[in-house]
Amino acid sequence: MQSRMLGWLLLLPTLLILFLFGVVPFIYVLYVSFHDWNPFAANPEMVWSGANNFRRVVFDAGFLASLGVTVAFVFFAVLSELVIGYALAQAFMKDFPGKAFFRTIHTLPLIMAPIIVGSIWKLMTTPSIGIIPNLLDSWFGYDLNIGQSAAAAFILTVVMDVWHWTPLVTLTLIAALVSLPPDPFEQAQIDGANKRQIFWHITLPMIAPAVVATIFIRLMDALRTVDEVLMLTGGGPGSATRYVGVHIFKEVFPRTNYGYGSAVSVIVLYLTIVACWLLYVSMLAPRNAKKG
Amino acid sequence: MKKGNPWLYMLFWVFGSFLTLFPIYWLFVISVKPAVELFSTPEILLKDVYWQNYIDVLNDRTLRGYMVNSLIISTGNAVLCTTLGFFACYALSRFNMSGKESIFFWTITNRMAPPAVFLLPLFLLMTQVYRIGDFSLLDTRIGMILVYCTFNLPFAIWTLRPTVDGIPKELDEAAYVDGASPWKVITEVVFPLCRPGLAVTLILTWVFAWNEYLLAATLTNFNARTLTTGLSEYVTTTGTEWGIMAAISMFTLIPALIIFSLVQKHIVTGLTFGAVKG
Repeated sequence: MQSRMLGWLLLLPTLLILFLFGVVPFIYVLYVSFHDWNPFAANPEMVWSGANNFRRVVFDAGFLASLGVTVAFVFFAVLSELVIGYALAQAFMKDFPGKAFFRTIHTLPLIMAPIIVGSIWKLMTTPSIGIIPNLLDSWFGYDLNIGQSAAAAFILTVVMDVWHWTPLVTLTLIAALVSLPPDPFEQAQIDGANKRQIFWHITLPMIAPAVVATIFIRLMDALRTVDEVLMLTGGGPGSATRYVGVHIFKEVFPRTNYGYGSAVSVIVLYLTIVACWLLYVSMLAPRNAKKG
Repeated sequence: MKKGNPWLYMLFWVFGSFLTLFPIYWLFVISVKPAVELFSTPEILLKDVYWQNYIDVLNDRTLRGYMVNSLIISTGNAVLCTTLGFFACYALSRFNMSGKESIFFWTITNRMAPPAVFLLPLFLLMTQVYRIGDFSLLDTRIGMILVYCTFNLPFAIWTLRPTVDGIPKELDEAAYVDGASPWKVITEVVFPLCRPGLAVTLILTWVFAWNEYLLAATLTNFNARTLTTGLSEYVTTTGTEWGIMAAISMFTLIPALIIFSLVQKHIVTGLTFGAVKG
């Protein structure tokens, strides 16, 4: 009994901070989502509008489109990060000269601020002054213009995300690979298993928790990406890269639709929590429970 | 697992490193060009180096102040999140509390919120509600340290959980039998054993806080303004001063780079995000 008290005491500061800076703002957002509100208008009063904002969200083609491109963005980005990250992690398991040095180089993108990553990629890809369109033009005669081509802008945001976040995936997967016991691999080699069989039947099941955990954290962060994309493409051209984070930002800041933006946020937060909860319950929780 | 020609690997890595480094190299190239040259056709190789942007940044007292703010806020936040996260993980790992797994999941939901719409509530709360007398949290370092906890504290808890779970409970019990107080067990037995995990958590939360932009841009004005928000001040109505922005960006990279390379060796040991090691 005494010790359970101690447990709650240790949790108390965390719960208090998260309550004050997480839950209370959320309750406020929830409250705003049932109102029409433009705090910068001549008449900055909240007007009760019931579930009107939510009704608007559900029938808003702009929001549905942004949800669609977000899902595509998260899918392609996280999948590429996993594949490339795994390949890099596996390659770092071997010994070669300068390994520590190269590993440091490959973690560099991770330490950069999203806003700076967005700026650099914008500088590199802006038509006429960017290095990438220039090189593509002089080498292949290909005209890259992210201001006009929706596909190019979409692909570029994916490439930027992969460049920025693959290092995190690589690091987690190295951590998982390093902790694997050697016996099953030796046994499999003695039994004559080939590389592909070893990967599917031994490596993958053993690092599965780490893979799922990595997907989890990347999924969560990719869903709320704002500054990088906003800086690089501004959500355009059209709505090709108007991911939900950008959509909310644009509704709230230039257009000051606070009520509507809040309703979108509530829905997006809810969807994110449900998606992550399903992933967590089905993949991670059973393992944690077994252990503890 | 150790087959193949090591030199071939090295060649592969040299090539791979070019891809990784190119955007950073390009940032440097932009930072050492005078503004007029930016609008001519870009060349891959640098011809002459123009350090004026760096000198301008270093001579700017405001920017130096922003850098100090950034350092204090991100260090304070990282230490706070790692310490509180460690206590929370110890509680979740060792005590039989009802609903603790739900609490564990709930903490991470704080990181999932789309940031844009939460800026205004935080702004209002910090000016009007969370205040003591004349002191409001808005535009203060302590305020930013606390606000960054919403996304960094859950992250710390999720990264530290497997580390704390991995320390055998028998060690705590043995210490209790020897008459140690719970506080002594936590700080002198478990804490030192968690060092690799704590180091990684500290570094990553530090980097996230150091790099944060949206919240800092809204919730600070001058007193607690950070270096990343200093960047946006160079996007003016007369155009963007890319050279200065790139130079500031290089300055934001340096501290992160130093810290990261110092702990590079240990970083792998502690990273598992709520997963259990195989």
